[in-house]
Amino acid sequence: MRSPYRFTLVGVAALALLAAGCSSSSNSGSGGGTNWSTVSSASAGGGMSKLIAAAKKEGQLNVIALPPTWANYGNIIKTFSTKYGIKVNSALPDGTSQQEVDTIKQKNGTAAAPDVVDVGVSVALANTSLFTPYKVSTWSAIPAAQKNSTGLWYNDYGGYMAVGYSSKFGTITSLSQLLGPKFKNAVALNGNPTAANAALNGVMMANLAEGGSASDISKGVNFFHELKAKGNFSPVSATGATIKSGSTPVVFNWDYLNLPSYVGVSNWKVFIPSNAVLGGYYAQAINKSAPHPAAARLWEEFLYSQATDGGQNLWLQGGARPVEQVAMSSNGSIDKAAAAKLPAVSGSPVFLSQGQATGAATYLATNWAKAVG
Amino acid sequence: MSVAATTEAGARPSRAGRQPHLPAWLGTVPFFAYVGVFLLWPTGILVVNAFKNPSGSWNFGGVSTLWGPVVRSYFIGSFKLCLISAVAGAVFGALVAYAVASGKPDGAVRRFALAGSGVLAQFGGVTLAFAFQALIGPAGLLFHASWYYNFPWGIGLIYIYFQVPLMVLVFLPAIDGLKAQWREASESLGSSTWQYWRYVGGPLLAPAFFGAALLLFANALSAFATIEAWENQIAYTVPQEISTSLSSEVGLANVNAADLLAFGMIVMVAVVMTGYALLQRRAARWLR
Repeated sequence: MRSPYRFTLVGVAALALLAAGCSSSSNSGSGGGTNWSTVSSASAGGGMSKLIAAAKKEGQLNVIALPPTWANYGNIIKTFSTKYGIKVNSALPDGTSQQEVDTIKQKNGTAAAPDVVDVGVSVALANTSLFTPYKVSTWSAIPAAQKNSTGLWYNDYGGYMAVGYSSKFGTITSLSQLLGPKFKNAVALNGNPTAANAALNGVMMANLAEGGSASDISKGVNFFHELKAKGNFSPVSATGATIKSGSTPVVFNWDYLNLPSYVGVSNWKVFIPSNAVLGGYYAQAINKSAPHPAAARLWEEFLYSQATDGGQNLWLQGGARPVEQVAMSSNGSIDKAAAAKLPAVSGSPVFLSQGQATGAATYLATNWAKAVG
Repeated sequence: MSVAATTEAGARPSRAGRQPHLPAWLGTVPFFAYVGVFLLWPTGILVVNAFKNPSGSWNFGGVSTLWGPVVRSYFIGSFKLCLISAVAGAVFGALVAYAVASGKPDGAVRRFALAGSGVLAQFGGVTLAFAFQALIGPAGLLFHASWYYNFPWGIGLIYIYFQVPLMVLVFLPAIDGLKAQWREASESLGSSTWQYWRYVGGPLLAPAFFGAALLLFANALSAFATIEAWENQIAYTVPQEISTSLSSEVGLANVNAADLLAFGMIVMVAVVMTGYALLQRRAARWLR
């Protein structure tokens, strides 16, 4: 679910390295009499202090596919590691969601198996048999629609589809402006929408802006057909490099990947079309065969902590919208300065259901190449 | 066996001229082992999986997707791109090769052209895409062009960048094989330049030319990284669609569909190869 322009080979090579380099210091199971691998909340295991003690005893945590520059993960890992004295082994930082679950399947039974994953919701839904239920202490602050009721997975952070653009174009307020002549070869997605989730959502955002519904993406495809016909659709997908070099001055992508601070370009603006607020969240889950079960649970508690140095505020500082944002805004624990930096949203956000996402993908499979080829 | 034992013992002095008689086919074992492991075995797996579905049971109905309108468009795209770049690469490459061959055999120009071709024939992939992007892309150093975004003509022209040098490398030996005496003989019999090429040089070079053009075709067919770096929001060619089938995270990933597409590419090459064989038989008829 990360960037689509990364090559599988890199992942394979990294897996091989991981297999070659991993040590075999496995210590699963009990800490202070509690078998944490089956515990589904901190209180059920005897409280936070017991969890922290057990996790410290395990001493390690295996995470996977967490790029250091993505949603502030570099800082999050460092903070967790320093706070609890637990060594975090970060494997395959540029991997995809699918590679995360593939690695669980391949590495389970070894000390190198990932303890926790951060995956797209569709991948989470398809692999619930690999996960074990756990409810963090702030469970009630996660909106009901954004978690599995038994705690097999739970949304962590996300954002809205946004249009980032170079300020040389002035101010853009609607997608129809992008059909104008000054946007020759300028408008880019983040990959091929039949392969990359962010690109599919980019087309869906255009669809909503053009008055289409979440169940029928055809108006979005028509928009890109028109864009291509005008010569405004960039054939090269957007990456940090194309944005910096100016090759893709208009980019449809998740807002947390489209902020000037993330993109690294100062003359960069972001807007979310008012009639097309399309949300997308990632999900956390714990591997049911996690080699470090207590550390895995402590990691989740840390990520969902509303403290100043807790995961929720750290994600927010990385430009991502934490799942407990609404609750934190009302109880005042939110980092207000970081929240103010997010692009403004008007209108209620749309979240694609699994059926709508599959329907859109199926439609794109037969119509995308035809419409823009 | 006794012979083998003799050689193994080693210490026993062997008489001169008494070589161990190993069977002749033994020498081919490394070759066939190599071909078997790296070509036949993977091809076999691929073909078998092309006729299965993801759950592992047989699925012969899936083949029909190959001539469905969507998949057909990828094959047509690949065919157009390969044809354009192979024809243009072969024609220009042959002209360059002829120019190089007519120079001094050990001259600086020839050595320079050969060394350059050797390097540039490998200059493909992301590197090539980046080179053009950096020079004439939307933020290019020289000027800003967008013609190369056109498919198949723009990207086909970019492919020529590695197709022409490859043609020079594979076609030069054939031109070098043309003996000056043949030209002198035909001229002494009163033929014009046109007649020499029409009746002597052309027929001699034709099999090599078409063979080299076929190589260029296959070279372009399997090229993936350049076009993927170039036009990765739209799949135009079969290798791009194979990539989508392997890596799609929106629910369209299907390894067996990728195998089927690869199988389709094998069929495509087989058809071209058959055409080439027939053509070569025709072109080489006078040799018999």
